[in-house]
Amino acid sequence: MPLLEVHDLRTVFHTEAGTVRAVDGVSFSVEPGRILGIVGESGCGKSVSALSVMRLVPDPPGRIAGGRIIWKDRDLLQLPPRQMPSIRGREISMIFQDPMTSLNPVFTVWRHLREVLWKRFGLKGEAARKRAFQALGEVGIPDPESRLAAYPHELSGGMKQRIMIALALLCEPDLLIADEPTTALDVTIQKQILFLMRELQKRTGMAIVLITHNLGVVAETCDDVVVMYAGKVAEEATVHSLFRRPTHPYTKGLLESLPHKGLTREKPLPMIEGTVPSLVDPPTGCRFAPRCFRAEERCTREEPELLTKTVGRKAACHFPLGEDEP
Amino acid sequence: MSTSAPASDLLLESRDLTKHYPVRGGFFSRQAAVVRAVDGLSFEVRRGETIALVGESGCGKSTLGRVLVRLEDPTSGLLRFGGVNTTALSRREIFALRRKIQMIFQDPYSSLNPRMTIGEIVREPLEIHRMGRRSEQEQRVEGLLAEVGLSGEMMSRYPHEFSGGQRQRIGIARALALDPELIVADEPLSALDVSVQAQVINLLVRLQREHNLTYVLISHDLMVVEYLSDRVAIMYLGKIVETGTREDVFERTAHPYTRALIASSPVPDPAQRGEARPIEGEIPSPINPPAGCAFHPRCPFAIDECRMAVPPLEPVGKKSSPEHFAACIRKHEI
Ligand SMILES: Nc1ncnc2c1ncn2[C@@H]1O[C@H](COP(=O)(O)OP(=O)(O)OP(=O)(O)O)[C@@H](O)[C@H]1O
Ligand code: SF4
Ligand SMILES: [Mg+2]
Repeated sequence: MPLLEVHDLRTVFHTEAGTVRAVDGVSFSVEPGRILGIVGESGCGKSVSALSVMRLVPDPPGRIAGGRIIWKDRDLLQLPPRQMPSIRGREISMIFQDPMTSLNPVFTVWRHLREVLWKRFGLKGEAARKRAFQALGEVGIPDPESRLAAYPHELSGGMKQRIMIALALLCEPDLLIADEPTTALDVTIQKQILFLMRELQKRTGMAIVLITHNLGVVAETCDDVVVMYAGKVAEEATVHSLFRRPTHPYTKGLLESLPHKGLTREKPLPMIEGTVPSLVDPPTGCRFAPRCFRAEERCTREEPELLTKTVGRKAACHFPLGEDEP
Repeated sequence: MSTSAPASDLLLESRDLTKHYPVRGGFFSRQAAVVRAVDGLSFEVRRGETIALVGESGCGKSTLGRVLVRLEDPTSGLLRFGGVNTTALSRREIFALRRKIQMIFQDPYSSLNPRMTIGEIVREPLEIHRMGRRSEQEQRVEGLLAEVGLSGEMMSRYPHEFSGGQRQRIGIARALALDPELIVADEPLSALDVSVQAQVINLLVRLQREHNLTYVLISHDLMVVEYLSDRVAIMYLGKIVETGTREDVFERTAHPYTRALIASSPVPDPAQRGEARPIEGEIPSPINPPAGCAFHPRCPFAIDECRMAVPPLEPVGKKSSPEHFAACIRKHEI
């Protein structure tokens, strides 16, 4: 049974330009003990999906307009807001691309940890210090003693992200949502953090939702993948089947457009024409239709549903690529 | 590093180029310190090629780019463009040089003036350099926009009306306006959506062919670098640690840092996923780099000698091309 099930989630933002349908009927599920990647281009609704699960969408201008978010037999969207804190940070934790959205610049590392340890566990004094040490050690922070006294600005980007992970894991959540946790980091540091997340996942058995725009990061880290396009899910599959045989034309186009080993500029890269559509006034029918090499008349008329194609994979496309095709 | 290119092929040449910035020492200390952003670089760029400068934050690649286009003065060293020493030019001569060297920036959002129309943005360099009459300039702008795949009717619109990919095309059209010989492109793709990166990559390749352009590509994305470049220079803390042809650097990697970079770049293929441990440690501050080989604290191959002296950039030899150099005392064992 899935740990988290999101059904037909709709989140909108009221802006001067009109109503942005940022997340427009998104469904996906997270299996226990697995790492789900949500991948897509800027503005496709990855972060808003995650914020919706946490009930952290800024309101106004945002509003969750519909859907169900099933967590341990409860619909989080039906829960009175005052009950959310008992889930947020305890059962589901979230970390962000910019650690400074959650770290207080005038607090030391120790004070951040102390606060959680006291509020959530009633730990203080020597017991709290010991637990804090252990937490920093678990996320690979060398010399935890000296780091406890540091302020966030004295730490590198990678160290800050490690502190964020340590804080997020203090309560041993069942699910960690990480929104672009390595996007601001250098590649060698990104590798360290992704490695750490995989190790922590194995050690604790928690599930992870990893949000990224980087298909390489998905390939290296995730078990399952949801590909989003313009506020909708285009395709959902296990990581191996997605990369081996993408069935949605968007996924296929994206994968083919990446430069890869052995390819040089003698051969032009296959590319997807055009740009991502506006979410205020998206194309009718399939949102990818204006850019799709397989589009037919039906695609501009009728919106494709996210349907199960074969076991474990779904695609929202009238003409998905079949097993028989190259 | 020895010169292997015939002089006529040589477009840009740097010898012991440095750029140091003064900074305040520690938080409360008044003691002045120096960031060695670019620390004694020697390299050359040949006509018509693409050379990539690769490295992580603080390695000095963007500083080097700004020095190359002479947006900044080097602290010391020699920089020759087309045989002329550009470090000893008057302001007027630098102004003239700018026609031949242009830059494309990472951020297509902040690099275009929001109050100017697209037409004005692309025409501005022509105006500054007094190239032709107004009507001729406007005709040229239309041609430039067409070359980068934008229609002439977009001329009267403003940057905010365009997507990231379109803005980057506008930046490229502007860079082409003066018919430059060299274009320094600083992370031209990293602010773009994945689906438009390939469009801009293909555009850069086509323009290079059609205009016989020389590119200095500054990038941290090894996949893009391998696709686009003829030669590669890997930088770490202000120094080149390895340089050579694309094949030298990617197939016959000689420096442990290059290895670490390649091993760290995410590969979009789950079948190739490795469980190997990543290299440890953080990128040190360029204010106070480690002694000896600056990479030694993170290097899995480091031995005592690595701490003693800065290893010189020396030929790799063996199966490599004569232009393959690496700064590692254990390069032959790796
Ligand atoms: N506070 C807000 N006010 C108005 N619109 C918003 C707000 N937050 C998000 N949006 C809009 O919702 C849409 C989805 O945004 P979201 O942040 O989820 O994208 P994303 O997939 O996370 O993109 P990125 O890769 O850039 O982080 C976008 O069109 C965005 O402009
Ligand atoms: S539904 Fe049509 S337009 Fe949309 S992805 Fe499938 S083939 Fe392309
Ligand atoms: Mg986001």
